[in-house]
Order: sequence, then structure tokens, then C-alpha cells
Amino acid sequence: MAYVPLADQEQELHHPHSWVTKYVWSQDHKVIAIQYAVTAIAVGVVALVLSLMMRMQLGFPETFNLIDPSEYYQAVTMHGMIMVVYLLTALFMGGFGNYLIPLMCGSRDMVFPFMNMLSYWVYLLSVLILMASFFVGEGPTGGGWTLYPPQTNLAGTPGHDSGIVLMLISLAVFIVAFTMGGLNYVVTTLQSRCRGLTMMRLPLSVWGIFVATCLALFAFPALLVAAIMMLFDTLLGTSFFMPAVIESGTPLDHNGGSPVLFQHLFWFFGHPEVYIVALPAFGLVSDVLSVHARKNIFGYRMMVWAIIAIGALSFIVWAHHMYVSGMHPYFGFFFATTTLIIAVPTALKVYNWVLTLYEGDIRLNAPMYFAIGFIFTFIHGGLTGLFLGNVIIDLPLSDTYFVVAHFHMVMGVSPVLVVFAAIYHWYPKITGRMFHEGMAKLHFWCTFLGTYAIYLPMHYLGFLGVPRRYYALGTTDFIPQSAQDLNTAITIAALFVGASQLLFFSNMLWSLRNGKKADPNPWGAASLEWQTAETPPIHGNWGAELPTVYRWAYDYSVPGAHKDFIPQNTPESIEPTMDEQHFDPDLDKSKADL
Amino acid sequence: MVLAVVIFLLVIGSIIFHFASPWWFTDIAADWGLIDLTITITFIVTGIVFVLINVFLAWCVYKYRQKPGHKAVYEPENHKLEVILSVVTSIGVIAMLAPGLFVWALFVNVPDNATEYEVMGQQWQWAFRYPGADGQLGTADTQLVTESNPFGVNPEDPNGQDDKIVLGPEMHLPIDKPVKANLRSNDVLHNYTVAQFRVKMDLVPGLISYLWFEPNKVGRYDILCEELCGIGHFVMRGAVVVDSQADYDVWLAQQPTFAETQAMVAADPASGQAQYAVCASCHGVQGEGNIALNAPKLAGQSAWYTERQLNYFKTGVRGGEGDTNGQMMAPMANMLADANAVRNMAAYIESLPDVPAAPTVTGDVENGASIYNRNCAACHLDNADGTWYTDAPKLSGMSDWYFLTQLQNFRTGIRGLHSNDYYGEQMVSMATAMSGIEEYEDVAAYINTLR
Repeated sequence: MAYVPLADQEQELHHPHSWVTKYVWSQDHKVIAIQYAVTAIAVGVVALVLSLMMRMQLGFPETFNLIDPSEYYQAVTMHGMIMVVYLLTALFMGGFGNYLIPLMCGSRDMVFPFMNMLSYWVYLLSVLILMASFFVGEGPTGGGWTLYPPQTNLAGTPGHDSGIVLMLISLAVFIVAFTMGGLNYVVTTLQSRCRGLTMMRLPLSVWGIFVATCLALFAFPALLVAAIMMLFDTLLGTSFFMPAVIESGTPLDHNGGSPVLFQHLFWFFGHPEVYIVALPAFGLVSDVLSVHARKNIFGYRMMVWAIIAIGALSFIVWAHHMYVSGMHPYFGFFFATTTLIIAVPTALKVYNWVLTLYEGDIRLNAPMYFAIGFIFTFIHGGLTGLFLGNVIIDLPLSDTYFVVAHFHMVMGVSPVLVVFAAIYHWYPKITGRMFHEGMAKLHFWCTFLGTYAIYLPMHYLGFLGVPRRYYALGTTDFIPQSAQDLNTAITIAALFVGASQLLFFSNMLWSLRNGKKADPNPWGAASLEWQTAETPPIHGNWGAELPTVYRWAYDYSVPGAHKDFIPQNTPESIEPTMDEQHFDPDLDKSKADL
Repeated sequence: MVLAVVIFLLVIGSIIFHFASPWWFTDIAADWGLIDLTITITFIVTGIVFVLINVFLAWCVYKYRQKPGHKAVYEPENHKLEVILSVVTSIGVIAMLAPGLFVWALFVNVPDNATEYEVMGQQWQWAFRYPGADGQLGTADTQLVTESNPFGVNPEDPNGQDDKIVLGPEMHLPIDKPVKANLRSNDVLHNYTVAQFRVKMDLVPGLISYLWFEPNKVGRYDILCEELCGIGHFVMRGAVVVDSQADYDVWLAQQPTFAETQAMVAADPASGQAQYAVCASCHGVQGEGNIALNAPKLAGQSAWYTERQLNYFKTGVRGGEGDTNGQMMAPMANMLADANAVRNMAAYIESLPDVPAAPTVTGDVENGASIYNRNCAACHLDNADGTWYTDAPKLSGMSDWYFLTQLQNFRTGIRGLHSNDYYGEQMVSMATAMSGIEEYEDVAAYINTLR
């Protein structure tokens, strides 16, 4: 039998026969994407509420008494873990990855639809296990989202009995779920692209999610083994991470383990994790910027190589989270150098985003507001990273509010602005309706200005030396009362931002019914997902024939073209592809020596 | 249009905030001005980038916003521009990294003339050890830790015999001498941080980490723990006093050596009994307490705790302003002539038969159990027996009404805020973490079930 490339094989689709198989046990990547996104956002709301409870304590330490120290540390831990893993990772990969990869690749579905469905249900299971820890024993673990031993296993930490066990099991289950989804994203991107869609013609969204998935597939196993070893320490009394320690005056039966080993394993996962969240955001925002600036993304090939370079480098910078961990200080030289090197490709991406706007024809709608807002917050968060990455400067700033402010700017606010940009941008395709533009813009102003009001001053608490993870500041000689007043102001801003997210939820729900009916391609975008016959796309995405691609995804405002954008599947007979005017990152060998 | 203006204003606003902010690094008190210099360099480089890119961004958004008749320019790549930007960025990165690594090299290599001391962290206290005349610290091990040898100093090691042991969380250092801190933990990760010294490092059980600095300003500075170490993390406080060499020598001479702490004769309860008659008039012959006279039950309380409180009353750490009952204890405690008399008294009181005090407080036991198990048990233990390890006294079977007055005193700052009450300050924070008297009563009611 002659060889037929996977992308050209007729795919057996599991067509639904009832409401249950269509919307519950669905194997359609678009339904699974929505299931992933709704679950992730729902659990994210839990984490948001936890953060507001912490802010109430910090802003009004003796007024409300909403939570005691024990609950505060549980809130710290759960907020961090949920936001990083169960919200952002799941939303970017399971949500956007699932929805966009097959559509942007011009394929009918993920390569393994059944495994894709399984991935979601196992993810849901991991969320339920995590949530269960609120209701058993002493509640969830309060060891901090980094779960550092020996603390997590000792009596001085809340949830050291069942909370930590459920957390570790939940993480292990999450990793199983992610692996099933992740293999799908990688194989689909590599094997299931339609005719003519070479890797160098892919939209950057796919590139970002693809590389991030590769990172995750390499990084999560480190967390998995760490979780399993810690479970052994907790349940079976092994000493992988447990040296000889005293628990409340009683020596424990552990000896010889290394707490620092756990930190290495954790951050070998934990740092790539930052880019697992950031790279999809980079990709998605590139597409939003390019479409609404009516201009090609500037320096496409450099953007692709920057994503790959950042992804590769992210595996050799992990110990910059451990400069003050007590590891050998000579490591500091190596990790500070690699960490600051990673700033170069990252900065180039920022330049290219801004240069995409330069000489563009910028359509200032809600998705674009969020995308431009992202550039601002990401510049801020990226630059403060240069303080913390430079090992000697990390000494005064480590474990202060500067760190909290930095990582919330760079991997809290920035990716979340991209999430909103992307949801508004693709909402018409996903639902077939337009969102309410005014409400979306109001949502932008509240979120963008509100979060900056939270995090800009927070850096200065860090300079002052206010330590993070303190239930209350108590009395010190060097922290003035004004720092407490600033904390109160930050809390008010946080409550405002939290409440303003209702605008988003109302908009999403209201527009589902009352939004204007959307055109198939309301933004005039060139990439494939906007070229489907139906909106929202049917199961199988395309009609009888899969699309064929003739050009890259960024042919906007091409001189001499009929319109200000050329869809990727426009044949050569209608718009030429290879002449002086038409750039193709895949074919244009004259410029390929970069 | 609005967005462009807002971004521009945010840039201006951030700069104004930066220069107007009263929140900035504390005055440096160690010879690490080079760290502050690298921060300044980084601020200049990143500040320029922040302003340039964002102003350019705002200008682009303003200038190239969509208007009729306007069309975007098609420019996929600009090889030359991309190379220039890469080179400029690399130069900026090197400008920050090179001085950073240079200063890091200074931090990593401890000068030969640095004198050592040891910082030991445990949930949730600091303690310190200084080498004796030999200039060398003896070896120590967590597995050797006992109530009488809380550092776990190896008794076989001759180097350790003359080590000076400082059990309170206040330490001293001489000015203008490089010092190296060896950091050790008995339980979980901690972090030894003095904001004014700029350097910090984790304490890790199972290994010895270090940092070094040269204090150059006389004063008293807070020691904070900056690595999450359990629910007492935010109350794990200490202090470092930078002295002139002469003052430092005087202070160090007052501290006991390890050998002295081990050679202390056992306390003599019989001798304590002889002086107990005075106490008995209020606290009862069996130390059972008397609520009518505001005298709490003493019997069964651990000797280390009673000893510490008697010393506090003697030196005015307790029984200060507002503490009317405590003030009555000062003259009583002063009748105990010296440290040995105090120890003997504490030992006698510990030996009295421990009959649980009659409950006088009612409250919601279930709520009390929940609060106690979440926030109190970590130090005072599940059975409320307390332990020397966390400096937590016994609560079960003691006078519940006294427990309430003390929590109120902690809450209002009558107790625990004296600068020498190293351990009481923690209770101020924990008492204010509870909402008030009703929760105290609930906890007291629960503790009453633990006898």
C-alpha cells in the first residue's frame, strides 16, 4: 500500500449521537477546549477568592479576622498552585491549544481524539482531588506552592496530614492528564498539518503552544518523581528529602535526605513552567497584534527562533530560584549568566511586537487593548526579572514583596491580559456571536489600571525589605506604619480588580445570547481558523476537502493585493505568492540566512 | 488614542512614584555598598529601557491608529535592525551582569580574617553560638539535641567546650570586623535576614550554609526569617546588636560556655521549698492557685518556663505598666536572691502534685478545638502539655481564667512587647490573630477537655 501522509489520511471521527456524547463525552477538540477552559477558569475563581481573603488580612490585619495564620498559609499555597498549574497551564494548553491547533493546522481534529477526551476527564479528576483537600483533616497543605520539605511533612505546617498527600496525588494525576493532551498537541502539530502548511508558515500561536507543550512533556516528569518521592517520605517513612529533624521537640526517624534535592527537582519543572505559561501567551498575543494592526508580525523567523531558544534555555536556568537556598554558591555564576542570556531573545520578542505596531493601521478594539496592555505589563515584569536573575541583587530582594510583585506582573497579570485578549479575539469564532465592545473595554481599563495599582507599589515594599508570606507584619524597627497604609491601598485595588472581573463573566454570558451574530471572519484575519465554512466550526472543522495553504499566516496590507489581508488558503491564481512583494518565511531563501 | 495617552502617563507616573516613594532600602549597616551599586546600575539600564520602549509603544499606538485612507506598511523583516537590536540588548545585559558577578565573587569568597559564629534556627526561634578562645566552633549535630544541649554540640569535641552559647534570639557583633555566619537548622528551612546587612541565606537541616558581611554601623537591627517555615513563620523574630569592640567583649564574656551549661549543678527542689512559704499564701500550699487572689495555678508547670517568668518579674520584663497583678510579683520574685534560687524554686514548683485546676470558663468546645488545632498545637502540642523546644508552656490543667487574662494582656500589649521579652512577642501576634474574648473562651474550654 502506498504511503499516505497522516495529514492526508481520512480521519475516522467519532460522531456524536446524543446530547451527552456531543457535549459531555465529546471527542471534538473544540468541545474539549471549552470544557478545559470553563473548568480552569472556575478553579481560577476559587484561587482569586483565596487571594482576596489574603489581601483582606494584609490590608486590614486586625479589623476583619477573616482567616487565622493557619488558613492564611493554606490560602497562599492553594492560590499559587491553582493559578500556575490548574488555571494557566490547563487554560493555555487544554483550552487554547485544543481549540486552535487543529483549526490553525487545517486538520479535522486532534490526532488521538479519544485520548484527548480522556485528558480532560483526568484533569477534572485532578481538580476534584485538589478541591477535596479543603474538606478533609486539617484542610489543604500550607507549605507554600513550592511544597518545600521538610516543612510540608511536619506538624508546624497546616495540612501536613492529608492536605499534602492529596496535593501530591492531584499533581501526579494532573501530569497524567497533561501528558495525554500534550502528546496530542505535539503529534497533531507535527503530523496533521494540511497540504502546503509547512512549519515555517504556522501562526505563532501554534508555535508558542507547540514549544510550550514540548517543554511541559520534559519538565513535568521531574515534578512527578519529586511528588512520588515525597509521597514515599510522607507515607512510607523514606528519607529522600528528609534529613534528621526534630518535630515539636521529638526527633523523627529520618536521616540523610536532602531538602535541596527536592528544590532542584521542583524548579527543574518550575522554571520551564514559567515558559509553559509564557510561550503560548507570546504566540497568541503575536497573532492578536498582527491581525488588529493590519500588519504582518515583524520578524517572523526571529520570533520562531526566539520561542525555541527561550524554550531550550528555560531548562538551564532553574537554580536562579535557589540563590539563597544554601546550594553551593558557585552555581550562582552559571545560573545568573544563563538567566540574563534568556533576556536577549525575550527582549527581541518585545521589540518585534512594538515594531509590528510601527507603521501599522492599528484597530483599537478590546482584544487589541488587552494585547497592547500586555506589552506594557510584560516589559515591566521582564525588567524586574533582571534584578532577581542577577544573583547578587537577589540577596536583598529574595523572599520579599519584590519577588511577589515581579512574578505577578510577569506571569500573573501579563498572561491573564493575553487570555482576555485571546478570548475576546476568538469569541466570535467560538460562539458565533460578537461580545459587547463597551463592556469589554471597561473590563480592560479596570483590570489593566487596577493591577498596575496593585503591583507597582508592591515592588517598593520589597525594596524596603518587607518579607513575603507573613500573616502580619508585627513590630519591626525598619518597617514604618506607612507600609501598612500602602498594604491597605493595595488591598482596595485588589478588591476592585477582583470585582471588575464580573464584567468579563457578564459579557461572556450576555453575548452568548444577545451578541450580534458574528461574520465568519469579522477581523479580516488571514490564518486558517477564520476560513471555516461554518461559524462556529462543525465537528470535523472543514467541508469535504481539507484546505490547502499557499502562504504564511501574516499577509496583511500586501501592496497590490485585492484586500488588506490574504487568507492562507487563497490560491496562487487569485493572489500571487512569489514575487517582489510577497514574503514567505519558508520559501524566501534569499533572506533565510538569519 | 486614550490608550496611547494612558501608557505615556503610566510611564511618567511610574517615574514620579519611584522618586517620591518613601519606601526604599533601609540604611545600609554593612560593608556591602557594592550590592547597592549594582542595584543602581540595574535601575539605570532597566529604567532607560522601560521609558524608551513604552514611549515608543505609546507613540506608535497614537500615530498609527486606524484612520480612513491610512494603510499599514508591509515590512516582514529588517535584518539589519534586528541585528542592531540584538547587539544593543546584549551590551545592556552585560552591563548589568558583569558587575553583578564581580560582587557575587566577593560574596562567595569569605575573607581569611573573618571570625565565625553560628546561627541556629528552629521553629520558631533563633539561637547563636560563638567560638571560645580557640576561635573554633565545635562540631554539632541535630541528633544530639536535648533540652540541656539545645544546640546539639558534640560533647566529645574539645573545640566545642569553650563555645559561647546564646539561647535568646538577640545576638551581638563587633563593628568593622568581617564576620562569617554558619547557618544551621534543627527542623525546617529558615532564612537568616537582616535587611540592613543586605545579604541573606537559607538555613537547611542536614547541611551548613553560610554568608559573610562586615557590619559598619552601631545599632540594633531586626532579624527576620524569610523562608516559609510553618505557621509561626511571621513571628520568628530576633535582633542583632552591632557594638563597639569593647562593648562586644563585655557582652560575650557574660555568655556561658558550653562546658558551663553542661556543668551546672542540678537544681535543688528542697532549697526551693524552703522559700515557697511566701508563695503559698497566694498560690496555695500545693501551688493549686487561688482565683480570688488572682493567683494562677503553678503546680505542673515546666521548670524552664517558671524559671524564665520569675526572671522576667525580677528584671521588670513582666509586671510593667497596666499589669496590676503582675506588678505584685516583682517584689516577690526579688526575694529570690540569685539565679540558683530561681532555678530551685522552679524545680520545686514542677515537683508539686499536678491536680488539674477546676474549669471556670465556658465556651464552644468544637470551635475552640478547631482554632487550637490549627494555630496553637504547633507549639503547645496536641495535648497542650507544651514543650521547651518551641518555648511553649503547659496549658492543659492550668488555670483557665489566667489563660484568658494573659491572652488579653498579649492582645493589648500589656505583656509581650517589652524589648527583652523575646518569646512573648510571638503571643502578641497570635493573640491578635484571634478575633477576641469569645474565641479565647472557646479555646480555653477546649483546653479544659485535655486534662
